[in-house]
Amino acid sequence: MQVLRKNWWKFLGILLILWVIIGGFLFEVPDLPVIRQSIRNIYFHVGMWFGMIFILFAGVVFSIRYLLTNNPEDDIKAFAAVRTGLLFGALGLLTGMFWAKFTWGAFWVNDPKLNGAAVGMLTYLAYIVLRSSVEDQDKRARLAAVYNVFAFVLFFVFIMILPRTASASIHPGVDGNPALATGDLAPGMRIVFYPAIAGWFIMAWWLFTILFRTEKLAARINDLTENKNIHHG
Amino acid sequence: MQLQKIGALLRKEAKLEWRQKFALGGILLYLISTVFVAYLAFDGMIPVQTWNALFWLIMLFAAMNSILKSFMQEHENRHLYYFSLVSAGEFMAAKMIYNAILMLGLGLTGFLVFISFMGNPVVSISLFILNMLLGMIGFAAILSLISAIASRAKNNFTLMAVLGFPLILPLLLLLIRVSSAGLHGASVSEMAADIFIIILLISISIILSMILFPYIWRD
Repeated sequence: MQVLRKNWWKFLGILLILWVIIGGFLFEVPDLPVIRQSIRNIYFHVGMWFGMIFILFAGVVFSIRYLLTNNPEDDIKAFAAVRTGLLFGALGLLTGMFWAKFTWGAFWVNDPKLNGAAVGMLTYLAYIVLRSSVEDQDKRARLAAVYNVFAFVLFFVFIMILPRTASASIHPGVDGNPALATGDLAPGMRIVFYPAIAGWFIMAWWLFTILFRTEKLAARINDLTENKNIHHG
Repeated sequence: MQLQKIGALLRKEAKLEWRQKFALGGILLYLISTVFVAYLAFDGMIPVQTWNALFWLIMLFAAMNSILKSFMQEHENRHLYYFSLVSAGEFMAAKMIYNAILMLGLGLTGFLVFISFMGNPVVSISLFILNMLLGMIGFAAILSLISAIASRAKNNFTLMAVLGFPLILPLLLLLIRVSSAGLHGASVSEMAADIFIIILLISISIILSMILFPYIWRD
């Protein structure tokens, strides 16, 4: 009972994702030309992309908090959030690429939205590189936080504004929220789509908490071994 | 924030640049040699689209090279000295203004060098020049903070490139698009929306740099 009370949201997440997998693959969907049954991918592709945005936003909040308070835990949290975001981004790209292969005929097309996603991945990989290139913990945390805030704002300006001004995008969702506009989605699909969004949000948060805890333990082990070396030296 | 102090810092930057002429000369030589290499590699006639892409790639690399050194040419201890004289905001403002001036000069020189080797296919010269000047200011606005981060991380061009390219790409894509329109004879008013977004991106970068720089300055 204790476990359930403390971790109810994890069980909820598991149930939601199970619902999405079962409902997503078995429930009826409208059979539209070209897209056909591949529309089922929307539960995964869009959900993962939203999950990524959610967790990256959380990451930037932690980075700002770090700059204001200098609490090392916030830095570790930001790092964990970025790594979760990278995983969700990679999954979103992969599911998107398969979708593109079956609807547009190629894994990658030169489209402002796709390029925006690729640039986002590069930006956050650069964040990882930046972290690994600074030895001093305090300095690393500050530089990483500054870069995270700067990159997040520029990246979001990019993916929100640029595709809208670009000549044409083959990718749906010109008005900003693909699939959330009620007119776009068949009613029967909504009972899977909305739980899918919630489910992927929970999965992102769960993964983030695990990464945070392991990273915190690793930092502690590091501290302890360093102290030991000092005593012996 | 005091304008006098920013002015003094700007004068200091200019003097420093003048005394180490090799840095400025190096950038100029870099520009001329890359354009010359492109000229030889493409062997004369090149399509307008390629001209455009080449121009911006060369400008981007030249800009990266010259902004990279803006935080590295002085010893770290001297930054400590500046820290006691001016505020972080004044320091960053001076750096960005100086970089912007440097970039404007670099852009105009680059354009002259480029058209003398590769020919001048630009139809709408006013749009092209306006876009180019905005672009160079934008490079200065975005790359100054990146340069500060890279120099703090005691890393070199690699880190600057890794951190800078993804962030500069949105701006670069817009610039290439407007510049391509200029090459094909569009007027300034036709591209007003894009120019507005470029100005927006520049403003956001400047504001963020001013807010964030104090956090990486003190050590």
